[in-house]
Amino acid sequence: MSPLLEIRDLRIRFRVAGPIRARLKGIDDPFLDAVLGVSFALKPGSTFGLVGESGSGKSTLARAIVGLVPVHSGAILFEGEEAKGGDSDFATRRRHIAMMFQDPVGSLSPRLTVRALITEPFLIHGKDGRDLDAEARRLLDMVGLPANFAGRYPHELSGGQARRIGVARALALAPKLIIADEPTAGLDVSVQGEILNLLVRLQRELGLAYLIITHNLAVIRHVSDELAIMYMGRFVEQGATRDIFENPAHPYTHGLLAAQPLPDPDRRRANVELQGEVPSLARRPKGCEFHTRCPRAIARCRVEIPLPSRLDAGRLVRCHAPLVAPIASTD
Amino acid sequence: MSAGAVLDIRGLGVDFLTPRGRVHALRDVSLQVPRGSVVGVVGESGSGKSTLILAALRLLPANALILGGEVVLDGEDVLRMSPAALRDLRGRKATMVFQDPSTSLNPVLTIGRQMIDIQYRDRVPTARKRDRAATMLRKVGIPDPATRLDNYPHEFSGGMRQRIAIAMALLCNPDLLIADEPTTALDVTMEAQIIHLLRQLKSEFHGSILFVSHNLGLIAELCDRVVILYAGAVAEEGSVHDLFHRPRHPYTQALLECDPARLAKVSRELPTIPGDVPDLLAAPVGCAFAPRCPKVFERCRREAPRLVADGDGHGAACHLVPAIASSRVGPRPSTGSGRGPPVEPVET
Ligand SMILES: Nc1ncnc2c1ncn2[C@@H]1O[C@H](COP(=O)(O)OP(=O)(O)O)[C@@H](O)[C@H]1O
Ligand SMILES: [Mg+2]
Repeated sequence: MSPLLEIRDLRIRFRVAGPIRARLKGIDDPFLDAVLGVSFALKPGSTFGLVGESGSGKSTLARAIVGLVPVHSGAILFEGEEAKGGDSDFATRRRHIAMMFQDPVGSLSPRLTVRALITEPFLIHGKDGRDLDAEARRLLDMVGLPANFAGRYPHELSGGQARRIGVARALALAPKLIIADEPTAGLDVSVQGEILNLLVRLQRELGLAYLIITHNLAVIRHVSDELAIMYMGRFVEQGATRDIFENPAHPYTHGLLAAQPLPDPDRRRANVELQGEVPSLARRPKGCEFHTRCPRAIARCRVEIPLPSRLDAGRLVRCHAPLVAPIASTD
Repeated sequence: MSAGAVLDIRGLGVDFLTPRGRVHALRDVSLQVPRGSVVGVVGESGSGKSTLILAALRLLPANALILGGEVVLDGEDVLRMSPAALRDLRGRKATMVFQDPSTSLNPVLTIGRQMIDIQYRDRVPTARKRDRAATMLRKVGIPDPATRLDNYPHEFSGGMRQRIAIAMALLCNPDLLIADEPTTALDVTMEAQIIHLLRQLKSEFHGSILFVSHNLGLIAELCDRVVILYAGAVAEEGSVHDLFHRPRHPYTQALLECDPARLAKVSRELPTIPGDVPDLLAAPVGCAFAPRCPKVFERCRREAPRLVADGDGHGAACHLVPAIASSRVGPRPSTGSGRGPPVEPVET
């Protein structure tokens, strides 16, 4: 099956200092790379999980996919076509790709009713003579809320209801792909399950594809087909979710899994595997970016950036000393 | 048990006066923190966790009304204390760490200044206080502490700020450290480090910790005893081992089942607790969990169950529990699945 979305060797840079300030302060590289060498493909109707700590580049990557952030190099193809940057290109892409933000209701106007919130995409992209009341009822029904919610205001919603409104809004233009940024962050476990079950049901019914961004490994294990682990803008490991969980190859993946607390007092962790925190993008370490925190780092890691090597079943890992033996190095 | 308790809360009731009416946030809540132990308070959002700990230090907002009960900290009655005694209590006997470290840090002062200021009670030279501050920063894992004392809060990452907040809270060697969701805003790797740090500090300072979280994994990792709150009342309490391996209240069982981290098999369909938490504008009649309980029977809807603890201090506020506890003669009935054989209600 040809991919719905394909990302090829993507690089996204941000300017951190203007040209004059850079000269004055002696900054020789006034840019930082938020996304670096990222490639992946997303099949129609499937779920791709993107995991990483804050600042790893997950949200920047998502925003670039819908054209909210310019691409420095590489390509983003949707249904085989590359949006070259013309506004009309992005308009079509945005119609097929919906973004669901972390706090879908809090980020929107508190003075709008639920009806206005979920039908707003029609006002932006053209309503083609639609009856917005009927649309609001239809969308609320799809996310399992009664029609009378149309008249409510954001502050009258519970956390779970607010997320459902976010899903309804994302569904408005009948997208093929929904990008969900931390769809369950801050929710209680029982409500979290309800939202994820809703997403899974909609995927089955509508053939939707999802790109789910999260730092919650316990959740992504259950809901994604494929997974990428991101660190300082790079995919350090990517492949089938099941393979990665059963047998993490990158020491960072291993460390993330080990950092997840288990709800069992008999299995307390004796020590902490990953110390410290992610370095600033402005001070990107030489060689493998992870070597400053890596328990397996060898001399080579400090000087040479690892290329992706191929493991079984299409899995890729960027590591000089992976926990699973590679078959070959790509390119 | 209360003799050895740093904090002893009995029968506490708190209402909030709001434009919509009275919110019955806590109803007849009792909780003890034995000296030298870590007690976890678990509950979904709105269950009353924050209200409970704010009441423990009498930090409730002005629209809160304490209906009754007592809060005894280090043998002193917090609810009837003079303002001066209260101030002394908050800085010295009990300190707080909040979810957002900015709550406890002043953005316009260096952290060194702030850490010296909170030692105002001690009559020692400032240089000595500064040394103490640096030592404490090192203990919580801030590299190069003597220099970092001259930095402002914004010059640290979120994880580092939370470490500093913990260092400030421990500077006066409190008998009780209260932490309200201290890692919720942090990444998992930093969260693991902070939890590890709290465990280390606890054994080093021999203090007690009241740890509030909705994250079951963290509770299992850190706590000795656990109190489960549901809709403003204690549903179950016991040792961390009993709570996670022999939960008695159907709510505790359902809550544990919902945690995706506990599912051994990968599943697209995640377990949930059908229904919603009750609106606390009306105090629930009968058991607050009855409308969502898979084991509900007639009595639950009219009579609120009382919490009965066994000899191990394990108890649940559920009409089924006395029946379960007393029938535990032979092998223990399996609990925790909730899908096990239905337990016949026994009227007493
Ligand atoms: N300042 C306040 N004014 C009115 N109601 C409040 C206030 N603080 C908390 N509440 C209410 O009290 C109940 C318990 O809240 P809280 O203690 O914050 O729970 P938790 O910390 O477990 O999320 C909730 O119904 C909440 O809406
Ligand atoms: Mg709270």
